[in-house]
Amino acid sequence: MSTKRDAGSGTVVDGFGNSARPVESSAESPVVESPARRNFLRRGSTLAGGVIAGGASLAAAAPLAIPDTNQTFGKPIAEADYGVPSKFESNVRRRRTDVLKNRQNYSDWSMTPLADQHGIITPNGLIYERHHNGTPDIDPAKHRLVIHGMVREPLEFTMDDLLRYPSVSKFYFMECSGNGLTDWLKAASTTVQQTHGLLSCAQWTGIPVSWLFDETGLDPAAKWVMFEGADGAGHVRSVPLKKVLDDCLIVYAQNGEMLRPEQGYPVRLFVPGWEGNVSVKWLRRIKVGDEPWHFRSETARYTDPMPDGMWRQFSFEMECKSVITRPSGGMSIKPGMNEIQGFAWSGNGTIRAVDVTVDGGATWREARLEAPVLDKCLTRFRYAWDWKGGPATIASRAVDSTGYVQPTVADIAKARAIVGFVQHHNGVFPWSVAASGEVKNAIA
Amino acid sequence: MRSPDLLLPALIVPAMLAAIAAAGCATQSGTPIAAEAPHPQVKFGKPISNADLAAWDIDIRTTDGKGLPVGHGTVAEGKAVYDAKCIACHGPEAKGGPVYGTMVGGIGSFKTSTRVLTPGSMYPYAPILFDYIRRAMPMDHPQSLTNNEIYAVSAYSLNLNGIIPDNAVMDQNTLAQVQMPNRNGFIVDDRPDTKAVRCMTNCK
Repeated sequence: MSTKRDAGSGTVVDGFGNSARPVESSAESPVVESPARRNFLRRGSTLAGGVIAGGASLAAAAPLAIPDTNQTFGKPIAEADYGVPSKFESNVRRRRTDVLKNRQNYSDWSMTPLADQHGIITPNGLIYERHHNGTPDIDPAKHRLVIHGMVREPLEFTMDDLLRYPSVSKFYFMECSGNGLTDWLKAASTTVQQTHGLLSCAQWTGIPVSWLFDETGLDPAAKWVMFEGADGAGHVRSVPLKKVLDDCLIVYAQNGEMLRPEQGYPVRLFVPGWEGNVSVKWLRRIKVGDEPWHFRSETARYTDPMPDGMWRQFSFEMECKSVITRPSGGMSIKPGMNEIQGFAWSGNGTIRAVDVTVDGGATWREARLEAPVLDKCLTRFRYAWDWKGGPATIASRAVDSTGYVQPTVADIAKARAIVGFVQHHNGVFPWSVAASGEVKNAIA
Repeated sequence: MRSPDLLLPALIVPAMLAAIAAAGCATQSGTPIAAEAPHPQVKFGKPISNADLAAWDIDIRTTDGKGLPVGHGTVAEGKAVYDAKCIACHGPEAKGGPVYGTMVGGIGSFKTSTRVLTPGSMYPYAPILFDYIRRAMPMDHPQSLTNNEIYAVSAYSLNLNGIIPDNAVMDQNTLAQVQMPNRNGFIVDDRPDTKAVRCMTNCK
């Protein structure tokens, strides 16, 4: 097996690794079969021997019956269908916040069940939602995308037109700037779905916006670009042209299928690493200008309260952040081996390292990163923890490829005003573990 | 501003991106992959005239009102529109209703521990009212108000917030000239603004 990662020091594991080695900074490094995996296999055979040795008494206590499923037809293959998760996984759902109760559910949000996400990809039906007037139901045959403003030639595109271009597919996280806004100074939320679930990750497929600008031509004085949706909010944001040309995509598919309606079907903007609000869904219009428009969504909303009554504007990048998803709020653990797992991500690059504390921040140890470690993408980390059974406070802290270290809420509060609905919470997030094993939100 | 030790990556990364873009093969891992789609040099867009996209061209550059259409509305006219089409969610005199909180007041609150965000306290430019009301309100029938109705409701909101007098008329000139209290309340992103260090032992 092999894996790829970006430049940076750190540790990468594959599979069961508990002792994989740090890899050198290189574009492609082989990851050898880890000693831990061999240990795991050996331990497995030892356990099997133990079962045989004590077999007689155990068998009498709990004889295994032949499962019903071994003795009957399964469900036949349908002529055509679309697969859905097992009914036994029905608890894994997007959920609205349980802290704030909006009195309408059109301008509202639902959150990804992060503790139940295995691997770095969020299934399409679980990608978080934030809409400003519900989900429109758009016929792709009737949809049009228009580019105008400071261009040489305004152009109109049908979906068929857009699908004729060669496609580009990229793995990127997407996070709402409001993720965690209920949990700065008090532990308001119970689960990691509620504290961090305005976060998802997918493989996005589409075409670079720059290709379409090559076609329209750009006025040399152009500096900002407006993106507008075909939803009932006509959602709109201004984005600097430099970022648009760098890596922004016109996206029509996610995780191998066309966008879900709630993710912008049939076409959306995707702005890698930046607050999700600028990745305008149901994209119908792009207008090029020479300065930002200062819309409501970039003045009265999506701005950050600062000291002295000021507001920070155009704070686009989602800075480096991490969270432990297992164990996390609402769970209960048993003494002994508990693998701490979680996600780290940065809108400014790749994850270089994740540290974990199990003593409330006095001591930190480097966790293992699981390949692949990709630019502006969720990265999984893991840390083997032998919990002795006493009260503990656990947390993670990520470092990205710029050298930026994930701050604590106290660090952030030195620079910003934490008052009201505060955006851009990337603070270190602790969970407390009681002697009983009960895990709770310990942000404050 | 970035600290000196962060400056180097900040300079290198754009240069790398430029180099990758020049090679025509932007890759996610940093490893050039020949199979990744090159710039296609094809043109599938169809020209469209400004006249044909006029109904879609609704954005207002709120700093100077560029894009505001012809029309006008008074405070009194705005109250009539508001009472017919807005009051159900926002309540009488925009003081908050069954669905949304107040849209009046809050001026001067940003230096207190409770910042009250309303169009009056928060909007740096008055044409934001026109742009937002036109594209998004009323929520059950957006883009249904006439230009005169939008100017009128904008006038009513500004009047309720004590920013324009009872006899004011809003149009494409007067709306852009309104001086909003929060005009100078914004700074542009200056992050990173934290200086966390990677302490490993005896950290507190």
